Amino acid sequence: MMTCCPVGPALDAASQFAGDLAPWVITRPDGSLELDLIIPGLSAPESIPLIEGALEQVPGLAAARVNFTGKRVIATWTDPAFNPAGIVEALNELGFMTRPFDPSHSGLDADDAQSRLLLRAVAVSGFAAANIMLLSVSVWSGAEGSTRDLFHWISAGIALPTVAYAGRPFFRSAVRALSSGQFNMDVPISLAVCLAALMSLYETFNHGEVAYFDASVTLLFFLLTGRYLDHLMRARARSAVSQLLSLSASSAMVEEADGSTRIMAATALQPEMKMLVAAGERLAADGVVAAGSSEIDRSLLTGESNPEVAAKGAIVHAGMLNLTGPITVTVTAAGKDTFLAEIIRLMASAEQSRSRFVRVADRLARIYSPAVHILAATTLAGWLFWTGGDWHSSLMTAIAVLIITCPCALGLAVPAVQAVASGVLFRNGVMIKDGAALEKLSGVDTVIFDKTGTLTLGRPRLVNGASITAASLAIAAGLARSSRHPLSRAVCEAAKARGIAPAIVEDIQEIPGRGLSGLFQGGPVRLGSRKWCGIDENDGQGLPEFVLMRNSRAASIFTFEDELRGDAAAVIAKLEDDGLRVEILSGDREAAVRRAAVALGIERWQAGVTPQQKLAYVEQLKEAGRKVLMVGDGLNDAPALAAGLTSMAPSSATDIGRTAADSIFMGESLLPVLVAREVAIATQRLSLQNFALAVGYNVFAVPIAMLGFASPLVAAVAMSTSSIIVIANSLRLGLIFRQRPASAKVQQPDVPDLAHLERRAA
Amino acid sequence: MTILLVLIPAALALGAIGLAAFLWSLRNGQFDDLDGAAHRILVDEDRPKRSTDGRD
Repeated sequence: MMTCCPVGPALDAASQFAGDLAPWVITRPDGSLELDLIIPGLSAPESIPLIEGALEQVPGLAAARVNFTGKRVIATWTDPAFNPAGIVEALNELGFMTRPFDPSHSGLDADDAQSRLLLRAVAVSGFAAANIMLLSVSVWSGAEGSTRDLFHWISAGIALPTVAYAGRPFFRSAVRALSSGQFNMDVPISLAVCLAALMSLYETFNHGEVAYFDASVTLLFFLLTGRYLDHLMRARARSAVSQLLSLSASSAMVEEADGSTRIMAATALQPEMKMLVAAGERLAADGVVAAGSSEIDRSLLTGESNPEVAAKGAIVHAGMLNLTGPITVTVTAAGKDTFLAEIIRLMASAEQSRSRFVRVADRLARIYSPAVHILAATTLAGWLFWTGGDWHSSLMTAIAVLIITCPCALGLAVPAVQAVASGVLFRNGVMIKDGAALEKLSGVDTVIFDKTGTLTLGRPRLVNGASITAASLAIAAGLARSSRHPLSRAVCEAAKARGIAPAIVEDIQEIPGRGLSGLFQGGPVRLGSRKWCGIDENDGQGLPEFVLMRNSRAASIFTFEDELRGDAAAVIAKLEDDGLRVEILSGDREAAVRRAAVALGIERWQAGVTPQQKLAYVEQLKEAGRKVLMVGDGLNDAPALAAGLTSMAPSSATDIGRTAADSIFMGESLLPVLVAREVAIATQRLSLQNFALAVGYNVFAVPIAMLGFASPLVAAVAMSTSSIIVIANSLRLGLIFRQRPASAKVQQPDVPDLAHLERRAA
Repeated sequence: MTILLVLIPAALALGAIGLAAFLWSLRNGQFDDLDGAAHRILVDEDRPKRSTDGRD
């Protein structure tokens, strides 16, 4: 959202971080100080040198480095007297808003640590695999006697520590599964890796001909790569989501009995306390207005798109945004008793009732894992029978079966596709929280949209601009530029869009619930409600309006409407074409919802729905066997978001909405919903293809192994080819969506969107 | 075959150097910003470098 004042692309006076930076400053082990800042608007790589250049000019700052992936900047300095506020100012001057954050607190550190651990394991196993493979090639080409023994011993020296180090993620997972009485894919993996290494060691001791060190380490290498890809994808989405979470601690200004004021945390508020809420602030607790009057934006709580007047005695809830005037609120409920807490409770129970979704890979593991063990056991028994009790060769063959059936390609089948998919989606402005969300999304047959903030942008737009003269618009913009009211902002935007500079209006006053008054060229001007301007009450259209009065005469009437997302109609039409059932479930008034439904061609819609009803409706659809994708942004949608099979939220959603949703989409377009579904379907198709390839390989390889022909060479070749085929097939996803940019390309998360988000979070 | 006594340690050492370099770069934070690194290579470095003590 653009303000009238030309202060920079993303700058909004209220969104600036004005708090104390000191708590966010970290002292590093070497005694220097560090501050981490998030820059949500950082989307163009050209900004990297711009930001680093500007920060170099900040006196006293030792170094500043932009992390483009994480949209962060890390600033360090040594002088304890340095005031880090200069960093924020320098960034603001460039037009970037920023907030401090604590990496250890936001869980990103843990993610980073886990990711480094996996990457180290990949590196170690890769190194070991390459070296052992070199030695193995020599053995296969005919090294004999003591030379072969030497090579085996060196291989053992590399392989055993590698298995112990790099195998830990699998061993841990396998032990956890076994101790809870279950099988997972990691059980046969761990068994195969360990048995292969131990058996090879035994063979080496006895100057044996074959050793499977290369197989056991290569196996680890491929599987770790799959696991790292899986982790990378989830970590990327998590870090993006955590950046969006509003980091400003929720606090309130409290007036004591003696008239003094102090700031306290929202959690410490008690009933009967007097809370002062300035214009532009969000309420920290439920209460009753005790003094003052203002307009309250409750769109995030109820979906109601028009602000409501709140005067003395009005009931207000935590999370509502106070728009126009300062009010004093007597707290009636805080913490656990608020409307907000009720929503969270509903959400938690909805999540519990969410049927446990079993991922494709896990479903397969349930069959595959026992099958592998049965095959190996059968081989052992069969060979013992045939050879008349030759334990050595029987065991060797059984272990070869374990190695060759080890789900190397299976371990890569899903993570590889999903990592590519998450990259494709990320480029298209969709962040998926985990791979299961992709699998769920591909099976969706019903899409339920919230209206305010989801189908619409959640902000009004002037609809009758064509009938308003430039002079009227200039005066109106002159009045409106100082106001935070959404309608005032819409007036400013309309003026800006037409290239009209706001007129200079003096002595502006904002009267909550009525409008703005001022002096233009000596004459009184007003911009406000019909009633205040003395015109007949509404003609029944039901749309919010402003009247501009000049010299006591009505000059123009401004009509506003909550703007639909530009491509909403096209996206809905496409979804319906694809045979999906599309519905609107909104908390807004009937007239507004009907208008949106008609404009979008949606037949099923409900207005005035409470959060409980939304939740109940989604549950009801689920019971009827429908697979529901819920798309919503508000607090009132959160329980339904949690209840749906899967859910999406725009990045402008409330923190709770974003937490409840499985994926988040950026920008002003609704196209990401469509793209996400397309990509999910393609991902699912490729995953299944990969499974088919991997299983097909096993069908071919297992008989070879069971008959005892699986020499280390055969095992190495078979394993590598199947893994490479699976990876190559996964990479096709990137190609599929590169070739179809028309349907896949959407607007990148842009600055106005983030400013819009900030307004809501402010 | 005595050449093996030289070649095998040499091969292993080279591999170990590569591994060590990777682990060092990982620890050094060079894998923290993969997207940024991809873009930085295209950025013209024409602004004057400042001395590292922050007081120039």
